[in-house]
Amino acid sequence: MEVVRLTVNGDERVCGVPAHYTLLETLRYGLGLTGSKQGCDKGDCGACTVVLDGKAVLSCLTPILEAEGRHVRTVEGLASGVEPHPLQDEFDLHGAAQCGFCTPGILCSAAALLDREPSPSREDIREALAGNLCRCTGYEKIYDAVEGAAARCRA
Amino acid sequence: MLRLHPFRYHRPETVAEAVQLLAQHGQEAMPVAGGTDLLPNMKHGLFRPGHVVSLNRIGELRGISTIAPPSNGHRPGDSFVRTTGATGGTAGHLRIGALETLHDISAHPDVRRRFPGLAEAAGLVAGPQLRNMGTIGGNVCLDTRCTYYNQTAFWRGALGHCLKKDGDTCHVTKTGKKCVAAHSADTPPNLIALGATLTLAGPNGRREVEAADFFIADGIRNTRRAPGEILTEVRIPLGRPSARSAYQKLRQRKSIDFPLLSVAVAGDFANDGSVASLKGVVSVLGARPRLLSDWEGLATGKPLNAGVIRDLAHRAWQQCRPLENVVGDAGWRRAMVPVCVGRALEKLAGLGTRPDR
Ligand SMILES: Cc1cc2nc3c(=O)[nH]c(=O)nc-3n(C[C@H](O)[C@H](O)[C@H](O)COP(=O)(O)OP(=O)(O)OC[C@H]3O[C@@H](n4cnc5c(N)ncnc54)[C@H](O)[C@@H]3O)c2cc1C
Ligand code: SF4
Ligand code: FES
Ligand code: FES
Repeated sequence: MEVVRLTVNGDERVCGVPAHYTLLETLRYGLGLTGSKQGCDKGDCGACTVVLDGKAVLSCLTPILEAEGRHVRTVEGLASGVEPHPLQDEFDLHGAAQCGFCTPGILCSAAALLDREPSPSREDIREALAGNLCRCTGYEKIYDAVEGAAARCRA
Repeated sequence: MLRLHPFRYHRPETVAEAVQLLAQHGQEAMPVAGGTDLLPNMKHGLFRPGHVVSLNRIGELRGISTIAPPSNGHRPGDSFVRTTGATGGTAGHLRIGALETLHDISAHPDVRRRFPGLAEAAGLVAGPQLRNMGTIGGNVCLDTRCTYYNQTAFWRGALGHCLKKDGDTCHVTKTGKKCVAAHSADTPPNLIALGATLTLAGPNGRREVEAADFFIADGIRNTRRAPGEILTEVRIPLGRPSARSAYQKLRQRKSIDFPLLSVAVAGDFANDGSVASLKGVVSVLGARPRLLSDWEGLATGKPLNAGVIRDLAHRAWQQCRPLENVVGDAGWRRAMVPVCVGRALEKLAGLGTRPDR
C-alpha cells in the first residue's frame, strides 16, 4: 500500500492504494468518484479523460504515483454547487449526450480546451476532442455544445 | 477492465539514480516515461516487471534548446556537433530532452520552423491526451507492434503464442523463425532522415548512437539500447537555412491510430532550387525503419518536380514490402508506398499539400 496525497477537484485527498493502481482506479475505487469511465482501459477511447495540472490526460494510463501532489479535475468538479458548468448546460440544450458513456471524458477534454483557449475555432474543438470516441452522437452536436459553452464563458 | 500486475514503483530524481536502480534490479526492472506504451503492454501481460522505474522526476531529461555553432567559425570540440548530416553544413543543433512530450515538441516554435517534418509527426501521434503524456524517449524506444502481439493474454493464448512472447512460431511469416513485428513510432523516421544522434546513459557511462544505426531488424528487441540504459536526449543538426523536411502518415482514422505506413523526407536545396541532398525513410514495414538506398541520385542537381517525384516514389516502391503484421491489407499498404512517398515529397517541394487522408 502507498499513501498518496493529491488534490481532486480542489479538495486535498489522501488515500491508501497499491502502487500498481492507475489514477482511474484510485478515483473510481478508492475515492468513489465514478464519473470518469473505465472504457477500453488501454488508451484507445478517452472515456477516462481527466484534467491533470491543466492538461487533458488518460487516467487509465496514469500510474497513481505520477499523480501524487498534483491537481486533478474530473467531471464531478465541473459544476459549481447546484449550478452546472456552461459545458454541461450546453450539452443538455444541444442533446450532445445520448448513452452518456463518453460524456465525462469529452467534458474534461473540452474544459481543458476552454481553459487554455477561450475562443476556439470549430477546428480547434475537433482537434481537442480527437482523442475521445463517441459511438452515439456523430460528434456534431458535441461541437455545437462546446461552441455554445465557449460563447457563454466569454460573455 | 485491464488490471496491472503488482510492482514497486521507483521515482529517482537523477539519471545516475535511475541507472543504478535499473542495474540493481536487472531483468526485473523497466523504465517508464509517459507510460502510454508500457502500461497497455503490461495490461496485456506482455511485460511483468517487478520494478518500474519512473523517469518523470529527472529534470535533466527535459528541455528543448537550440545550441548555436561557435561564433569563431572553428569546428567545435563538442563531438555532438557534426559537420555533415542529412542537411549538410556546420550549424549547431537542436537538443530535445527525452522526457519532452509529443505535444510540446509539435508546438515548439524552433521545432516547427526548423524541422517541420518532425513537428508534424509528433503532432500526428495518437490523440491529444496521449500527446500530452507520451514522450519522445518513449516514442524512440517504443516496442514493435503486431496484430498477433498487441492483444490480451487470453486472445494470444487462444490462437497459440508467437515467437515474440511465449511461443515458437510466427503467425505472420508462418514458417519464419524471426519476428517481423512492425516499427510503429512516428518520430524515428524523421530523426533518421534528419541525421539525429541519440544519447544513452548506462552503468558504463554515456554513449552516442546515430538514429540511423539505433534500430535493428529484430522484432523482439528492435533497438541497440541495452535493457539497463536510458535514452537521455536527441540532438538534431540544424543544417543550412535552406534545409527542409516533411512527413506523411497513413492510417485508418485521422486520430488515435498508429501509422500503417510512414514516410519521412529531408533534403537541402541549392540556390537555383535544385536538390542538393535528399534522404527518405519509410517505416511500419518490419522491425526497422528503412532508409531508402540508391535514391538521392535520382534527384540531385534536378528540381524536385512532378517527374522526379514520380521516379523517387517508384524507386521507394521497389524497395518497400509491407507485411501482414499490422491491420490493413499488405498489398494495399504496398500500393500506398509510392502515394505516401509522393505526398511527402510534394510537401518538401512546396508543391502545395493535399488534404491528409
Ligand atoms: C491508442 C494509442 C495510440 C497510439 N498511437 C500512436 C501513434 O500513432 N504513433 C506513435 O508513434 N505512437 C503511438 N502510440 C504509442 C505511444 O503513445 C507513443 O509512442 C509515445 O511516444 C510513447 O511514449 P511514452 O513516454 O508514453 O512511453 P512509455 O510507455 O513510457 O515507454 C515506452 C517504452 O520505452 C521505454 N522508455 C521510455 N522512455 C525511455 C527512456 N528515456 N529511455 C529508455 N527507455 C525508455 C519504456 O521502458 C517502454 O519500453 C499510441 C498509444 C496508444 C495507447
Ligand atoms: S511478427 Fe510473428 S513473432 Fe512477431 S509479434 Fe507478429 S506473430 Fe509474433
Ligand atoms: S478507458 Fe482510458 S482511454 Fe479508454
Ligand atoms: S453518447 Fe454514447 S458514446 Fe457518446
